[in-house]
Amino acid sequence: MLRFPGGGLMLQKDFRRLAMILLFAPFALWIALLVVLPHIGMIRLSLREKVAPRVYEFGFANYLDFINEPIYWNTLLRTGSMSLLVTALALLIGFPIAYYIAKLASNRTRGALFLICLIPLWVSDLIRAFGWILLLRETGVISSFLQWAGIVNQPIEFLYNDVTVIIGLVYTVMLFMIVPLVSTLDGMDNSMIEAGYNLGGNGFTVLRRIIVPYAMPGIVSGCIVVFMLTAGSYLTPILLGGKNSSWFTEQIYNQFITRFNWEAGAAFGILLLLFTSTVIWLGLKLSGQTLANTVAKS
Amino acid sequence: MYDLECINIAKSFGSIRAVDDVSFDIPSGSFFSILGPSGCGKTTLMRMIAGFEEPSGGDIKIKGRSVLGTPPNKRNVKMVFQHLALFPMMNVYENIAYGLRCNGVGNAEIKRKVHDVLERIALPDVAEREIHQLSGGQKQRIAIARCMVLDPDVLLLDEPLGALDLKLREAMKIELKLLQHQFNTTFIYITHDQSEALVMSDHVAIMNQGQFEQIGKPQDLYHRPKTAFVAAFVGDSNRWSGRVKSSDGSGGKVETEQGLEMAFTAAGGENIPEGASVEIFVRPEFIHAVRQTDADADDAAATGDNRMEGIVDSLLFNGANSRVLVRGPQGELIEADVTLTGQNDIRPGENVYLFWSSRQAMCFASRGAA
Amino acid sequence: MRIKMTVASLLAATMLAGAGTAQAETLRLLTWGSYAPEELIQKFEEEYPDIEVEVTFSNNEEMIAKLRATGGAGYDLAQPSHDRIYAAQLEYEIYKPLDLSKINTDAMQAKLLDGVKANTTIDGEVYAVPHQWGTSGLMADKTKAPDFKGWDDLCDPQYKGKTSMRLKRTILLGTAFAMGEDPFAAYSDLEKYQQILDKVADKLIECKDNIKAYWNSGDDLSAMMLSGEIVASETWDSTAYKLYDQNQNIVFIPPETGALAWIDTFAIPAKGKADDAAYKWINFVLQPENVTIMSASTGAIASVKGAKDLLPEDKKAAVNAAFTDADIDNLKFFANIPPGVEDMEGRTLEKIKAATGG
Repeated sequence: MLRFPGGGLMLQKDFRRLAMILLFAPFALWIALLVVLPHIGMIRLSLREKVAPRVYEFGFANYLDFINEPIYWNTLLRTGSMSLLVTALALLIGFPIAYYIAKLASNRTRGALFLICLIPLWVSDLIRAFGWILLLRETGVISSFLQWAGIVNQPIEFLYNDVTVIIGLVYTVMLFMIVPLVSTLDGMDNSMIEAGYNLGGNGFTVLRRIIVPYAMPGIVSGCIVVFMLTAGSYLTPILLGGKNSSWFTEQIYNQFITRFNWEAGAAFGILLLLFTSTVIWLGLKLSGQTLANTVAKS
Repeated sequence: MYDLECINIAKSFGSIRAVDDVSFDIPSGSFFSILGPSGCGKTTLMRMIAGFEEPSGGDIKIKGRSVLGTPPNKRNVKMVFQHLALFPMMNVYENIAYGLRCNGVGNAEIKRKVHDVLERIALPDVAEREIHQLSGGQKQRIAIARCMVLDPDVLLLDEPLGALDLKLREAMKIELKLLQHQFNTTFIYITHDQSEALVMSDHVAIMNQGQFEQIGKPQDLYHRPKTAFVAAFVGDSNRWSGRVKSSDGSGGKVETEQGLEMAFTAAGGENIPEGASVEIFVRPEFIHAVRQTDADADDAAATGDNRMEGIVDSLLFNGANSRVLVRGPQGELIEADVTLTGQNDIRPGENVYLFWSSRQAMCFASRGAA
Repeated sequence: MRIKMTVASLLAATMLAGAGTAQAETLRLLTWGSYAPEELIQKFEEEYPDIEVEVTFSNNEEMIAKLRATGGAGYDLAQPSHDRIYAAQLEYEIYKPLDLSKINTDAMQAKLLDGVKANTTIDGEVYAVPHQWGTSGLMADKTKAPDFKGWDDLCDPQYKGKTSMRLKRTILLGTAFAMGEDPFAAYSDLEKYQQILDKVADKLIECKDNIKAYWNSGDDLSAMMLSGEIVASETWDSTAYKLYDQNQNIVFIPPETGALAWIDTFAIPAKGKADDAAYKWINFVLQPENVTIMSASTGAIASVKGAKDLLPEDKKAAVNAAFTDADIDNLKFFANIPPGVEDMEGRTLEKIKAATGG
């Protein structure tokens, strides 16, 4: 120790570094094995062209296929725009709820409200979709009720159209919008809102200039999560959708499973990832937020 | 003409009366403080003036006009919040411009007014800064500027110095007073810190349990408290409970529970009869502590008609505000201010005489217990 | 830290699981829902106490996808349809040849056995034997659609909004037959097949307006049919039989161009690890008393001799209500799917789905 004054120190430093490595190794491994490697595999697969059974060549045919087939990119655009609509609706409905939970509700009602938002997630996608089917079908609860109440004199089909898909998706993703919103709004000092009024703002001004800008990180993070979940959802659009409601994940599934075309499926998967990433990047740019102060925070 | 009048104002939350029948009025351009312990109802009172709470009874008038039913954003009463509530997503300029924009002021006018007010608070260069880049004192001034730019009839300040460190708080006290002079607007300052209230205010109201105990100039409150609560709350005091042995109504002799006898003066205009239970207050600066062996002990005796022997228990050195704790014959501790020169000062363990005047022994009839 | 713990417990769990399997042999079945009734599994495990049966329910496409992903590992016995063996084996090598001497082929109906063998023989090796067969066709509520008889009736305007179909290859083939084409014959000439598909697509796009919704599973089809929301639909015969049980007006209708028949087979995955147990299971479920249990669960007819008599009574009634002998002679067995056809069909289905009809 005395002869090698730096020795002990070095040892300690090395030890600490080793501890850090050991601590992060599982996490890094997890990221590498479950996120990075599969995507590299997907990219490789997507750049393969099938020329004959068991014979493949490198090429961009799968991507060209996508570009040359309007059905594919139309479906992707449709999926994207409907996901944006779902995100917007979830925000419009979720914001007042989140505001109520964070600012107005007593502790007890808060818990109850959170629970109500959580309930949809307790049952599987499939059960949830069948729940909607039971309610909305021609001979379902709502149609029967309307007939019983004498509002309509014929059964009405609410199922199998885009509106149903959107309702079902909004219902599913609501919690993911509300949680980040509540957590940012919760951190907002009430006096901020009072100051907004005190300085002469009316309700709308306070909402637009103070509450919304303050909640922006929560809004953006909720929107990102909801948009990703929606664009990547499979069962809800398939089960509730009508004859024309194509969803891009359905096409990926079809490529992989019914058409045994893994190459095209992989290409579609990569394209979906790129598409959603681009939309989110644009959203971040437009709202002036970064990933670090939105998703990472809430 | 008063900037603010409160007439029999009251507020109940369920069965709790937070503000109980309070009346006062504040003349234009004065610095008025409401001083009270936490939970006394001062914040509720302030929120009613700002319009965030509706009074259960009474009336509030600003510039002579009742504001009951007027929403907060339509009252020309601005407020500096406890934690300032500056908007973190806007820069300094936008924070100050916010209220002007709400009032529909044109851009050129806003620019002029914002720069004008920044000039007046001596921070002309911070317009483009973000809030988190400001120091505590700068934030304070921006919060005031944000209100003052709107030219309010009354500015409410809700313990805005609470979050600052001691040194800055001392500096800001003076600065606030200067700002008030400069803007010549009525400030209503809410605090539980008596030194803030005493230093800055023209008038102070002492509030306790939803009611005003006393309104007056700081010196009056300090020297002529009307109630035992005010005497205890404002400034430091040695405090005894006791029973009056002889009295002519305005003064006499009292014996404390510990058996100490002293001459007193009835305070707050009360008439205190013989046999009454009382509270006696003597401020440390009015008690003279003199070494028993000192030559000038007799001179000192002339300053007070109450005299007591004791032993110095400890010395609380704090520069000009130094104090001694003296243990009296009955074992109780009495605080007395002393001037320490650094040479031949009183030391713990020495025998001293304590002298004080009966005029400084303020006596109040005990509430309820009499 | 939490991740570390999880990894550790996972490792421990796999080691324990490994230790468990070392003792008893496990038969990992990859089969259709209802093709492994609990009753039958228990009976099998009683007969062979050292074999434990693990079941994964799936369908043709997923079976192939799963086996393709692992190169034929992870399962010991699979049950794809007879038309899904040949091309999949050629392209992905996911099955291993069967040892027919270990299978009680004498019990099987010779016609079905030979048909499957012919369809699944590569380089002299047989890759599958038949298990059960059934058909895809139509069903209708007799009281509301008494004249329903062909695939194209699904598009008849008098049933507008009251019919359904599954947007998969079956409806493409059925519609092709109804249009007078023979799609199976065109498998050898893919250009011709594409032309047929194009015609079929036009027809089905035009028909979209007539369809209430495309069904996805037997459950939603059953719900629509029982509630009367639709009066006729494309269907699997087993689904129709189940509905017949609940409402005698709903019958299976073999289309006039012939019902499309499939045979679900037994095939052993290339990297299966319990071949003996797999053979035991095959022979076990072909025993007459077990056939009845199986058919009660699946609604399909076993490929053993006298299978129709082995059906449970209710199913027998439903089959008799549906099929005449002429219908059985008219069955169109799905032909082997050559490589590339699934892709062509997939594209056609996407085109139909994306088209804005009704």
